[in-house]
Amino acid sequence: MRREPPRSLADYAPLVFPALMLTVFFVVPFSIMIAVSFFRRDPAGFYTPDFVVDNYARFLSSFFGGVLGFSLMLAVLVAACCVAIAFPFTFLLIRCSRRVQTVWLVGLLSVLSLSEVIIGFAWSTLFSRTAGITNLLVAVGLMDAPQALLPGFGAVLTGMVYQALPYTVLVLYPALVRLDPTLLEAARTLGASPLRAFFNVVVPALRNTIVATLIMVFVFALGSYLLPQILGRPQHWTLSVLITDQAIYQSNMPFAAAMAVFLVLISLALVGLTLMVGRRESAA
Amino acid sequence: MSGLSLKDVTKRFGDFKAVDAVNLGVPHGTFVCLLGPSGCGKTTLLRMIAGLEDPSEGAILLDGSDITPVPTHKRDFGMVFQSLALFPHLTVGQNIAYPLRIRDRPREEQARRVDELLKLIHLGGFADRPVAKLSGGQRQRVAIARALALSPRLFLLDEPLSALDAKLREAMQVELRQLQQRLGITTIVVTHDQREAMTMADLVVVMGEGRIRQAAPPIEIYRRPADAFVADFIGSTNLLAAIADGSGRATVFGRPVAGLPMPSGLAKAVLSVRPEDVRLDKVGAGAFDGTVTFVRDLGATIETFVEAGGETIVAVATPRDKPDVAVGQAVGVVLSPDACVVLAR
Amino acid sequence: MTVTLLRRLYFALVALFLAAPLLVVLGVSVNEKQDLSFPPKGFSLSWYGQIFLDPAWRSALVASVLLALAAAALAVAIALPLAWFLWRRIAPWANVFQALGLAPFILPPVITALGFLSFWATAGFYGQAWTAAISHAIFFVTLPLVTLSLGFASIDRSLVEAAATMGADDRIVLRTVVLPLILPYMVSGYAFAFVLSLNEYIIAYMTVGFTMETLPIKIFNALRYGYTPTMAAVSVFFVAVAALVFGLIAWFGDIRRLLGAMGSEKS
Repeated sequence: MRREPPRSLADYAPLVFPALMLTVFFVVPFSIMIAVSFFRRDPAGFYTPDFVVDNYARFLSSFFGGVLGFSLMLAVLVAACCVAIAFPFTFLLIRCSRRVQTVWLVGLLSVLSLSEVIIGFAWSTLFSRTAGITNLLVAVGLMDAPQALLPGFGAVLTGMVYQALPYTVLVLYPALVRLDPTLLEAARTLGASPLRAFFNVVVPALRNTIVATLIMVFVFALGSYLLPQILGRPQHWTLSVLITDQAIYQSNMPFAAAMAVFLVLISLALVGLTLMVGRRESAA
Repeated sequence: MSGLSLKDVTKRFGDFKAVDAVNLGVPHGTFVCLLGPSGCGKTTLLRMIAGLEDPSEGAILLDGSDITPVPTHKRDFGMVFQSLALFPHLTVGQNIAYPLRIRDRPREEQARRVDELLKLIHLGGFADRPVAKLSGGQRQRVAIARALALSPRLFLLDEPLSALDAKLREAMQVELRQLQQRLGITTIVVTHDQREAMTMADLVVVMGEGRIRQAAPPIEIYRRPADAFVADFIGSTNLLAAIADGSGRATVFGRPVAGLPMPSGLAKAVLSVRPEDVRLDKVGAGAFDGTVTFVRDLGATIETFVEAGGETIVAVATPRDKPDVAVGQAVGVVLSPDACVVLAR
Repeated sequence: MTVTLLRRLYFALVALFLAAPLLVVLGVSVNEKQDLSFPPKGFSLSWYGQIFLDPAWRSALVASVLLALAAAALAVAIALPLAWFLWRRIAPWANVFQALGLAPFILPPVITALGFLSFWATAGFYGQAWTAAISHAIFFVTLPLVTLSLGFASIDRSLVEAAATMGADDRIVLRTVVLPLILPYMVSGYAFAFVLSLNEYIIAYMTVGFTMETLPIKIFNALRYGYTPTMAAVSVFFVAVAALVFGLIAWFGDIRRLLGAMGSEKS
């Protein structure tokens, strides 16, 4: 069958419903959110239409700067940890039998689909004093008394790596599957040990994939809105948490919207960067 | 006029002319093979006949009426695809019944037709098998049966046997030809295999670079190729440069070939001689002399490679009249004038 | 030999990391008394019963399941014609809609959630249950869009041509060839969207959080007001549902292919 350009109006018919839905319920809400970011806060209700840049001016405060800096630093750290763990893991996984791969993929998808609420709850339990991992250490005699490992930065980082790790593997998976296996075999026949072949051949060959994955995971980690709240202290709150907090608990929709617009800009810039990296890879 | 006719059919993809002003008449009931190397435009031509591509110019007529603007699904043709295109979600029977089912023919009629066709292709009782469980040859037959289910006005096949191994392919060629003769259906097959074309066709259409180089019955194509391209593509041949001497005789390597005049007005030509028409004799006894460089004994035939004037000439003989020659030996090459085809250069 | 051993060890460590919190939750969920202790004290499955017996948990479960069923259906209904159009037609500008379909999933979810909050508040429907279904459908439309695009790409176009030579027009081709072949991808897309919608918190919270409790909202609220083992039971229940659904997809389909391992049927 040939793909052909639509000829009559009727040929466009299948597009009507999806286009309508995506426009009305995605483009319009998005536009409204941008508009709201210029509105004035109304403590009694949501907001009153206006055009003020106060909400953006608040970005200049040192508090906001601190939150932004922490959010970016945390996301970078999560992305780095995830790729460092997931890359060798995925590389090993694609060399396993179909059965083993399938089992792992099912497990990874199950963890990935878990609600942040559940991940937060599970880790808060694991790190808790009464039901946590320290109880096991006490039981085997490594510790004297169980203790709580949260709230704290370590707990936040662990929870977020847990959340992002399956995502990282699933982003890397298609790229690694396409890696030519003879590349590695060639390196091996030339005398490279498996580990050397991995670092000298596989990693350089997939440098751009790794960079793109880092950015993808970074954006993913930026979106984490509950884990810093459940597992951390207020100083560990990220931009996503702050947006939720302002929108729901402080009823300051305009400021929340302004922060969201800012977050979109960061994310879009990074996604654009990913696409550029990807293009360079396919061009090379 | 009864049958299919193509009038100046042309297909352009950008600046590239895939099919270039093709004219062809196919009488009703004829088996046609479109033959040529890959990229010669034969598949594009077949797809235009099927309505899967629109010609850039020209018209396709069937029984006198212009079908060029008729969409594929209203042409009532049967087509077998190179990939066979059997529906993986349907059984053998459902695949064959597909054209009847979408026309809402009664169930009994569908079942009866499936039975008939399965018997025709020697797969009786296979109706409920999933197509994935069939062998290559069986899938081939199912694809053919499906294309014939509606007794189509035109039966089109695009490299239908290319996926089969050599032995099965040859058997299927014979089967397909017998089937076509029994049904008397106008059939067009695209192939790049000249043996296949020779086996099946009433009319072989040799294509090259988008144009028809020659359209003729197989034996005529073999015996009287229209040009060097056709001579070289159909079977193997020796192509020798020939020039006319003062008295109008054809000369090869500076010596005239006895009894072979050059067509008047032609100073330079190419001589096409089939290997089985080349005979070896003592030095000086033939048209020219050469040296044996290689002998290939294939059991059924013996091929002798002779080098003369920088060219290699191949002679083929049966074991019964095996030439008594050895590598390095000088021999005379005998060309029989009635086996030589003089082609314009 | 050592390589194999190292690989096993590495896999075991990753598996432990992924499983540990879930195992603790599983342990906690069978505590006999209402306290948070691990290893569990006593053994009781009564907390699992609570999900269905306790009216508050049961209504949250019903709300979540209904929401996920509706949202996933709507997501497929949006993705199917779009993916079909993109496969069938040459219309480069229509890729805008594909980008729109992928965007909600790539951007941080808080942004989409906030967009919906301001939209529904402005439109005056804030808090209505059906707004959550539409919001989830838009948010998760990416999943069926991706699986269906993969599915369409896997259809051999000569099948469609063959159907046309046998007399099938566009509509019949769609009904007799395209839809049956695309069905497994449709089901996977639906299942992906269903499981993720079931687990989704922030969008549900920002659209209907004050009028309707889904299970994730209920868990989060319970987490703030004190612990009950039912939360652990519900969490285990969620993991089980996800594993079951993805397991079924893997059983009946090729999950590796769905996740982008093209040409995997060859290996």
